Amino acid sequence: MTALKINGQKFDVDLPGDTPLLWVIREHLQLTGTKFGCGAGLCGACTVHQNGEAIRSCQTALSDVGDSEITTIEGLDPQGQHPLQVAWVKEQVPQCGYCQSGQIMQAAALLKQTPKPSDEEIVNAMDGNLCRCMAYIRIKKAIKSVAAANEQAGVQ
Amino acid sequence: MNDLTPTTDKGVLDRRGFLVGSLASIGLVAGFGRMPSAQADVILPGAEDFAPNLWFSMAPDMTTTVYITKAEMGQHVGTPLAQALAEELEVPWEHVRIEHVDSAPKWGLMITGGSTSVNTSFDTMSRAGAAGRMALIKAAAKHWQVPEGECSAADGTVKHSSGKSITYGELITQGHIGNAIGESDWAAIKLKEPANYKIVGKPIPALDIPPKTNGTARYGIDVFLPGMLYGKPIVPPTRTGSRVTAIDDSGAKGVKGYVKAIKIDDPSKHFDGWVVVTAETYHAASQAADAIKVSYDTGPNATASTQTIFEAAKKLSDDPKSGVSSVNEGHAEDLLAKDANKLDVVYTTDPNFHATMEPVNATAVLVDGTCHIYCGNQFQTSGMQMVGAALGMDPANVIVHQQFLGGGFGRRLYSDYMIPAALAAKAMERPVKLIYSRADDFAFDCARAPSYQAMQGSLDADGKLAAVRHDVVAGWPMAMIAPFFMSTGADGKTKLDDSALDGADFWYSLPNHHLRAIKNEHSQEVLPPGWLRAVGPGFTTWAVESFIDEMAEKAKADPLDFRLKHLDGAGRQAGGDTVSNRGGAKRQAAVLQMVAERSGYGKKTLPADTAIGLAVSAGQSHAVPTFAACAVEVSVDRQTGDVTVHKITQVLDAGLPINPDGIISQMESATLWGVSIALHEQGQFENGRIQPENFDSYTPLRMSQVPELDVSYVTDSTEFPVGLGEPPLNAVAPAIANAIHRAVGARVRSLPITAERVKAAMGT
Repeated sequence: MTALKINGQKFDVDLPGDTPLLWVIREHLQLTGTKFGCGAGLCGACTVHQNGEAIRSCQTALSDVGDSEITTIEGLDPQGQHPLQVAWVKEQVPQCGYCQSGQIMQAAALLKQTPKPSDEEIVNAMDGNLCRCMAYIRIKKAIKSVAAANEQAGVQ
Repeated sequence: MNDLTPTTDKGVLDRRGFLVGSLASIGLVAGFGRMPSAQADVILPGAEDFAPNLWFSMAPDMTTTVYITKAEMGQHVGTPLAQALAEELEVPWEHVRIEHVDSAPKWGLMITGGSTSVNTSFDTMSRAGAAGRMALIKAAAKHWQVPEGECSAADGTVKHSSGKSITYGELITQGHIGNAIGESDWAAIKLKEPANYKIVGKPIPALDIPPKTNGTARYGIDVFLPGMLYGKPIVPPTRTGSRVTAIDDSGAKGVKGYVKAIKIDDPSKHFDGWVVVTAETYHAASQAADAIKVSYDTGPNATASTQTIFEAAKKLSDDPKSGVSSVNEGHAEDLLAKDANKLDVVYTTDPNFHATMEPVNATAVLVDGTCHIYCGNQFQTSGMQMVGAALGMDPANVIVHQQFLGGGFGRRLYSDYMIPAALAAKAMERPVKLIYSRADDFAFDCARAPSYQAMQGSLDADGKLAAVRHDVVAGWPMAMIAPFFMSTGADGKTKLDDSALDGADFWYSLPNHHLRAIKNEHSQEVLPPGWLRAVGPGFTTWAVESFIDEMAEKAKADPLDFRLKHLDGAGRQAGGDTVSNRGGAKRQAAVLQMVAERSGYGKKTLPADTAIGLAVSAGQSHAVPTFAACAVEVSVDRQTGDVTVHKITQVLDAGLPINPDGIISQMESATLWGVSIALHEQGQFENGRIQPENFDSYTPLRMSQVPELDVSYVTDSTEFPVGLGEPPLNAVAPAIANAIHRAVGARVRSLPITAERVKAAMGT
């Protein structure tokens, strides 16, 4: 049994240690907001937070999770009202939506570290997250709207 | 959520037990598998509900469920269709929800593609809403014992001229509303004038978006059935023609959770050489697949490549007897044969792959003679037939349970992926969720087949187009996926695939025009073709609009003036032979003038090696055109051949705008797809195999590569609404090629436009 802490809850799972965290989250906890896209860390659809940092869950083995805090899209905000989620609806960002959990988790980690990112910092942080619908213009716009609100609110 | 151990029940459930289980599972799937799961549970019309036709039902609390037969894959299609219905029904928008339905005969043909949804469903949904409003007015009149003509409906309430009113909810609660409306009454319904619209034309937020921001949107890959196994393909070395000669799974025996490797014998012949590995987890299935040794006879197609496909295409195009004429006006062949100074060029496109973010997957289970398939799909009618053929059962006993699509782009019009899931579920007598890895997804894509387009052109003494000959040699997706949709050529009898030709029948006027559609049988055999976003116009516009610029150059004319001169709306180019193409070439000319104005074409001062190129398109067909014009500003590095796209200006005339923000969203997306196809997506096909295995070798556009966009549309059109999801893609690549030529004199005739190709063209 491996103990895990996901979205503030403790779980015990009986799985081989080399099982990618992605499949633990999706199949065994049935938290399906985290998506399988490439299995190689090339698309970002499986992005979750490990102690607040964005990681690719398809490239993270269960045995490497230890006692770290994992957060998925379901746990980003209890009501699904994280400022980025609100901005995502306001700017009508998602198209097919499949990559968007990963996009939001990536952007949330960026804003946590850099509340007022420059355009360049946004692009650098988000370039590993592929959107096949190419909703990039709205993804960027939504991130910038939250950054602007941070600026106004004096978030450091 | 309490039981965190993987399912270990390997036994075959008895039918009764399974039925209970499957009913529970349907409840589970319904709870989060259908849309919009975040807001409400599924509501099917109950005895208390008002359901005057197939398309909607209204509960006593006025919650109105609009039934959507179209696939949701990012186009937010349910929202505009519900807008049309709610507009005529006169129900306040906050009561409206949508429900994407499972396949059933009552829905008729179930297909989503070609940017046709709004065009083909707007009228039906409008009438469905109006029929409901009329029935409610009738019920109110009966209730009050007054003539119907004295009653009207608005905002969910019927009013009488005396001032009294009753809500829809009250009427439904009272019951006994006459629901039926005959076919002649249906046709006679008078719909609203656009000037009176309150819901249509408004930028209403898409109903499918909220669940896509919080992880609750459920896609095919998110379906779970009790007792389910996971399936992972082992794909053969070639796309077609391989045969499994032996399977050695001894190496997989030690993988915990491994169950069985199944050789897929597909009697419907969509799959050659497949093995599906089943296991208790997907990780175990993947590990087992890596450990299993499969031997193959790779068959006759192991040497096929993009090059062999182009060689076959050239042979076909060089043969005057090949293919079928789609347009044959005047004496193009005679005139061109006599013109020693004609333009004689070939345009090609390399293969392109769908690479939807959600790898292809399907979950299948057989219960009491019915096969249930859970997945996101664009062509349920075809899927039912394909699964029926593969399992040897009546397609009527196949039900496709529709989920969100994690990208469609045409990939999920080809329902092949249901087959190995269904065959595995049959073999294992258990539900199987088959998930392609990213590598499997590339290897067994239905690619946009390479196209080879030979074009010849002559000018008359006034520098106008005198004759054009155009051969479009390509794979024909329709011949493989939906042969019953094929049309006939100019001779009225030979079958052809319009989807591999549309767009070549352009809106320019000219007296002599010969357009041939040629099916590349070799391509068809070695790289089975599919429909990719933008379909035929996605590659025919590449040739046509590059060619028009080349002809303008030959005529020593400005490409803008040259186009406008030929967009005169004469003869059949006046349009109006269908309800959707009224206004014809004049509308094409209008958007071109608008885009020239907005982009600063011909006026803006530009740095060295920088230029603006133009192109137009009228996807998706001459009968249903969305008129687009595109201007792209690029600069070219003469040393490296690198192309930088600075700005894209695009103007669209899609007829009556239904959801303004939805239009802009689709324009942004499709325009960027245009850039991606033009510059970033090079599909390799070698040794009979699709070469890329992941996003490091097939590289769609990323955020850092997004240029500045200025997209807009004709806002005051009252013409019939047409498609949006694809048309803005078509003109981007030729506009880039035309800009490159204007910037540095290099004419690139092959897609994608790579630095190597630009450099090679610079010397010519």
